[in-house]
Amino acid sequence: MDQKGYRRGSFQSATSDEDMLEIAGAPMDFSMADDDPPLDREIGGFPSYNGGGMNGTSTMMDFLEEPLPGVGTYEDFNTIDWVREKSRDRDRHREITNRSKESTWALLHSVSDAFSGWLLMLLIGLLAGSLAGLIDISAHWMTDLKEGVCLAGFWFNHEHCCWKSNTTFTDRDKCPEWKSWSQLILGHGEGAFAYILNYFMYVIWALMFSLLAVLLVKGFAPYACGSGIPEIKTILSGFIIRGYLGKWTLVIKTITLVLAVSSGLSLGKEGPLVHVACCCGNILCHLFTKYRKNEAKRREVLSAAAAAGVSVAFGAPIGGVLFSLEEVSYYFPLKTLWRSFFAALVAAFTLRSINPFGNSRLVLFYVEFHMPWHLLELVPFILLGIFGGLWGAFFIRSNIAWCRRRKTTRLGKYPVLEVLVVTAITAILAFPNEYTRMSTSELISELFNDCGILDSSQLCEYVNDFNSTKGDDLPDRAAGPGVYTAMWQLALALIMKVFITIFTFGMKVPSGLFIPSMAVGAIAGRLLGVAMEQLAFYHHDWAIFSGWCSQGADCITPGLYAMVGAAACLGGVTRMTVSLVVIMFELTGGLEYIVPLMAAAMTSKWVADAIGREGIYDAHIRLNGYPFLEAKEEFSHKTRAMDVMRPRKNDPPLTVITQDTMTVEDVETIVTSTTYSGYPVVVSRASQRLVGFVLRRDLIISIENARKKQDGIVSTSVICFTDYCPPLPPSSPSVLKLRSILDLSPFTVTDETPMEIVVDIFRKLGLRQCLVTHNGKLLGIITKKDVLKHIAQMANQDPDSILFN
Amino acid sequence: VLFPQAPRMFAQSSRNSVSPVLLLVLLGCVLCPLAQASKSSEDIRCKCICPPYRNISGHIYNKNVSQKDCNCLHVVEPMPVPGNDVEAYCLLCECKYEERSTTTIKVIIIIYLSVVGALLLYMAFLVLVDPLIRKPDPYTQPLHNEEDSEDTRSLATGPTLAGARANTVLERVEGAQQRWKRQVQEQRKTVFDRHKMLS
Repeated sequence: MDQKGYRRGSFQSATSDEDMLEIAGAPMDFSMADDDPPLDREIGGFPSYNGGGMNGTSTMMDFLEEPLPGVGTYEDFNTIDWVREKSRDRDRHREITNRSKESTWALLHSVSDAFSGWLLMLLIGLLAGSLAGLIDISAHWMTDLKEGVCLAGFWFNHEHCCWKSNTTFTDRDKCPEWKSWSQLILGHGEGAFAYILNYFMYVIWALMFSLLAVLLVKGFAPYACGSGIPEIKTILSGFIIRGYLGKWTLVIKTITLVLAVSSGLSLGKEGPLVHVACCCGNILCHLFTKYRKNEAKRREVLSAAAAAGVSVAFGAPIGGVLFSLEEVSYYFPLKTLWRSFFAALVAAFTLRSINPFGNSRLVLFYVEFHMPWHLLELVPFILLGIFGGLWGAFFIRSNIAWCRRRKTTRLGKYPVLEVLVVTAITAILAFPNEYTRMSTSELISELFNDCGILDSSQLCEYVNDFNSTKGDDLPDRAAGPGVYTAMWQLALALIMKVFITIFTFGMKVPSGLFIPSMAVGAIAGRLLGVAMEQLAFYHHDWAIFSGWCSQGADCITPGLYAMVGAAACLGGVTRMTVSLVVIMFELTGGLEYIVPLMAAAMTSKWVADAIGREGIYDAHIRLNGYPFLEAKEEFSHKTRAMDVMRPRKNDPPLTVITQDTMTVEDVETIVTSTTYSGYPVVVSRASQRLVGFVLRRDLIISIENARKKQDGIVSTSVICFTDYCPPLPPSSPSVLKLRSILDLSPFTVTDETPMEIVVDIFRKLGLRQCLVTHNGKLLGIITKKDVLKHIAQMANQDPDSILFN
Repeated sequence: VLFPQAPRMFAQSSRNSVSPVLLLVLLGCVLCPLAQASKSSEDIRCKCICPPYRNISGHIYNKNVSQKDCNCLHVVEPMPVPGNDVEAYCLLCECKYEERSTTTIKVIIIIYLSVVGALLLYMAFLVLVDPLIRKPDPYTQPLHNEEDSEDTRSLATGPTLAGARANTVLERVEGAQQRWKRQVQEQRKTVFDRHKMLS
């Protein structure tokens, strides 16, 4: 067919509907719109798809200008129309390419347009890396501020204060420049009173930091609390939350993240770093028109920014890209893969050049040993996997129950008090135990460490037999008293962390989940590893050990068990698979440990999935009722479109607008008396044949603008949605043409279409609504919210918990 | 041949590409001095850890030497073992070259503290001083949770937009501040009061 009138898709002159069939790949009903004659136009006046950003009768030059500010944008807490955004971007790209042949300026413009994506990735990487460096250095300093202050310069933390001076082998922490609070106030650091004073100062500092954090969050940017990953997942699937990725949220989240981490609470900074990186991405998008005006392209940039965020948190660029692909993004085209990798690399490189840890490492707990492991050790690794799965399921259930209680009861009315109480409890319980007093990253670093002759910490206090030392390679040794003390202290730390994290995650301060889960797993792994090591040492003549673990050999590495445990617990909570393994082996820098890590990660995922289907982020999405259509689940019920569509049998009929018989007043009445976000446009009420779909927001803006700016538009003016408006008697007021805001190709399905296919269409194309026809006539409408409610109903969950539109 | 639209297109595209370029230059100016902070002598060191050996206790040696000189022989002074044992002793020792940048640390901590201080001052200003210096307007709200936003919002915009649209910088700043305050109030209601998000 040679209709020059309806132009969309990527061909210059072919018809639009055939294109749609190819792209959709699903059996859909595209009834030809009406019987109007094909129109003859000159080249300049083609209406583009939906006319969302294009004025129908303007010349090509007006392409770059918006006809009406506001048309084509979305309300807060609404879902975007992916198809419209993508096709607008294709049109824009086509215009630029066509025009690039005209002049050198246009050519340069098209080249700069192509490069703008890469420039944007570079800027995002630089900004995310710098912010991560700022967060790391400040958090280190403020954490140590709870314990003392450096006299050589107050901006040094403990490690940097003692950098220059000579410390002893056994007491690596003591140096004259660093004074603990009791030393500063009392003049000496020993004795019961000094201990109590240190305790008191620790708790006071912790309370001050968390109070400041929650006041800043409440006062300046309430969206900065929590982890951020569930909301970013929802945003990337097409939801709009205005202000969530804004400037103030970025500043407050960065500042309060440092405060929250320094106050000793059981939370991490990886999840909030993803939010910070996405804020950077969103803010930098405003510099480029291509990304500022198009919501779909912006989400591609946000996916890449999320990858950069994880990359600086763990020093794992590839793991970051895989995390973005697996956990956070909804649509991840291949082009985004390469750009995400670029952004993650730039961010990692920027962080490395700021060098927050003083040894060119990106993460505090980088591991450098490469001891081999034996096949029989897979049994304890799988045990750790089972533990990780069990703990993950337990944590998710209890955390969701606690968050639900916070949401519905009076507990939620006192956020500041809640933060203070939890901080006080954490600080009071944490100070006596050396392993909870240190920051969680340091704890993990110490647990991952393999004990050699150069270590003198309590955990490495083995009974050394000097005659059998051969260089660096230490055999399995009997545990000294220090190790036994460390074991029960670690067991107490494990119990405390398991319970306190349930109450900490989800509070009104920025809180992440990766580090606490890894800490729980690392403690459990280390305990098991030391137990295995001692078992092998004392019973090396047992059948299971005799083959590979003879006396004097170094066979069991407790540090490896800690790593495997950390991976298992993290996998049990977040249900990450590939990205987890890649992050862990990028942390260790060696491929030897892939098999244990994979075994543990898989086991923990299976065990956790057997108990509860969702990971922590999906569970929070469901708790908050975000309109997130889960892409991983299959819909396996036999309902049909007519069971889900609105209006139902007893409801009033569908609210429609006719194409050329309604007046401005009629339309305004409809818009004010109903709250639907869009209205189908039909030829006439009698025939109910579909013309297109018009959005509420566009209608309101266009009518208001027409009343103000156009002459002769009054309440009795007729609104005409077609090109050929019917002739009216000359005494009637002028016609308001709203052709440009009409979407001429809404998606339709027949009423007998199985819901499996409808859900698939919604998922794959990112639709907001879908019209239902019967024998070619418009019957009803299915929106994304209806689909979500239906899925919830089929799964016996509460369909009223879907809150947003 | 330049089209007449070319200057406009150039202005647009240059506006689009000038701002990111400007930002890049600015970022570079800030990061470069941080990245290549001059390696003053107190910022590098070679750290050698030597374990207990026979009847000698463990010791840690620090010295600021360059990377090529960072080994046991140059750093461990005075050598605790006689000459023929030096090699065996040095095999046990582990030497690492480390560098840091004190300027980076100092600058970052000072930036952080100044931002926190500025935010605290602004919050104190908004809570304490702002309600006093504004005209005793029953419509302007302090930073508290309010239940009824609809009428207060419309009332708040009324007086400020009445009359001629004042375009002085102060009025624009005040308008922006009012808008921001309304936004924060909306966010606070969504998160803290109605618990609609982020629970």
